[in-house]
Amino acid sequence: MAQIGLFDIVGPVMVGPSSSHTAGAVRLGLAARRILGSEVQRAEIELHGSFAATYWGHRTDVALVAGLLGMTMDDERIPQAFELARAAGLEYTFASADLGDVHPNSVRIHASGSAGAITMCGSSIGGGRINIFELNGFQVAVDGSYWVLLTRHRDTPGVIAEVTKVLAIHGINIAFLDVSRQARGSDALLLAQTDDPIPDLAVDHVRRIPQVLAVRTLPCF
Amino acid sequence: MQITSAGQLLELCSQGKEKLAQVVAEYEAFRSNTSVQAVLERMGATLEVMRASVEKGREDEGKLSRLITGYGRLFARAEQEGRLLGGSLFKNAVLYALAVGQYNASLGRIVACPTAGSCGVVPGALLAAAEELGSGDQELIDALLVMGGVGIVSAAQGPISGAEGGCQAECGVASAMAAGAVVDLAGGSPEQVFAAASLALQSHLGLVCDPLASLVEVPCVTRNATSAVTALAAANMALAGIPAVVPYDEVVGAMKAIGRALPESLRETSLGGLAATPTGRRLAQELREQYRL
Repeated sequence: MAQIGLFDIVGPVMVGPSSSHTAGAVRLGLAARRILGSEVQRAEIELHGSFAATYWGHRTDVALVAGLLGMTMDDERIPQAFELARAAGLEYTFASADLGDVHPNSVRIHASGSAGAITMCGSSIGGGRINIFELNGFQVAVDGSYWVLLTRHRDTPGVIAEVTKVLAIHGINIAFLDVSRQARGSDALLLAQTDDPIPDLAVDHVRRIPQVLAVRTLPCF
Repeated sequence: MQITSAGQLLELCSQGKEKLAQVVAEYEAFRSNTSVQAVLERMGATLEVMRASVEKGREDEGKLSRLITGYGRLFARAEQEGRLLGGSLFKNAVLYALAVGQYNASLGRIVACPTAGSCGVVPGALLAAAEELGSGDQELIDALLVMGGVGIVSAAQGPISGAEGGCQAECGVASAMAAGAVVDLAGGSPEQVFAAASLALQSHLGLVCDPLASLVEVPCVTRNATSAVTALAAANMALAGIPAVVPYDEVVGAMKAIGRALPESLRETSLGGLAATPTGRRLAQELREQYRL
């Protein structure tokens, strides 16, 4: 049985009204920004299920934009997120969408900025906890409680060994490791969740592996 | 180290002659790989957020909430004008719980305890009791640790979300946590802490989660206030030596079983209960038309 955190029970400290529909939504927006790796200039946001049905009551829309602006769930500026987005030059649209057989509190965010563009699908699973289940078309499972190293690479033998070797050299322990691809010979995704932060030097080493096309790290969020 | 049940926590206390608060602080320090001092400091910061949410909530006019309007303000004004019954402990518990619930509905910063929907219960009962007793911050932080212990054993054995267990799992557990904390603050024993928690949760069994229009407003905010008062009553009964008869762990088990037996319409879906009354349906319809995506 997992150990229950004291401050998950006496907490989290958050801006209301709903841990699942407001606090979790801020975290999903923030996750999209961190994954993108730059300020978000444009976001197309699609709300699924209960998010689409009740966003106006729990301010799921405001919360997602607050997260895209870089706010955390306890930021007292969350109610002003739409005004702050205008000032920051963040354009956003909202629509409802059926994302299939996924958690009722789910969202698809297509975000773009100077670092490029990403498409992320995630769910708010209760108590402010989230799960990102799709990233740029790849199935993933990230909840923000670990540091993450993400690579997109050519699906060839030895790449995973090279990447994990770099982490080992830097003394970084891997808690979870997922690899996936869309088809044989196409680009593949590696997702390592680690107990330790991943320094820039390690990222540079991974980037120098010839078959690696792109590298990104995510902090805990 | 694990915290799995009230029974286990009580045994740890009697074996090591340790205070309940200390056991919980050591557990969290071990779990999150930090020091007991860091845990105490974080709890102190959490206490400050709770206090600030009471202060801001009692002034809040409710411009951002959809159905309720400045409940904390209304109650505070009536109190100032001498229109209310009862002593300060009772009135303040209701006022603080309303204030925090209102502030949550107004997109204010609160401590979810254990959830945002039940965030007013603990500040209501505990901060009102602390004023009555003249407790200092150290004692309050200890009481919050005890409260966390009650919450952790609840979450380890049952649901703490309305979607899973109904309101008994949110306001009910919050009331149990608050009752335990108040007993600790008043100098009660660990056994009395869990007797109070048990009595408070017993009074919430079967309570459904049926909010109007899927909002965390009606009946949530006023229910937070009544759950805070129930916590105080349970704490007093436990301090008087009235036994819970059924141990807390077993009450949580009953709560879990009742939660499973509740139809989905009464678990935060806004399809049953108060949400399905003519008034509930009308208000939801009006709001939905206003905000259709």
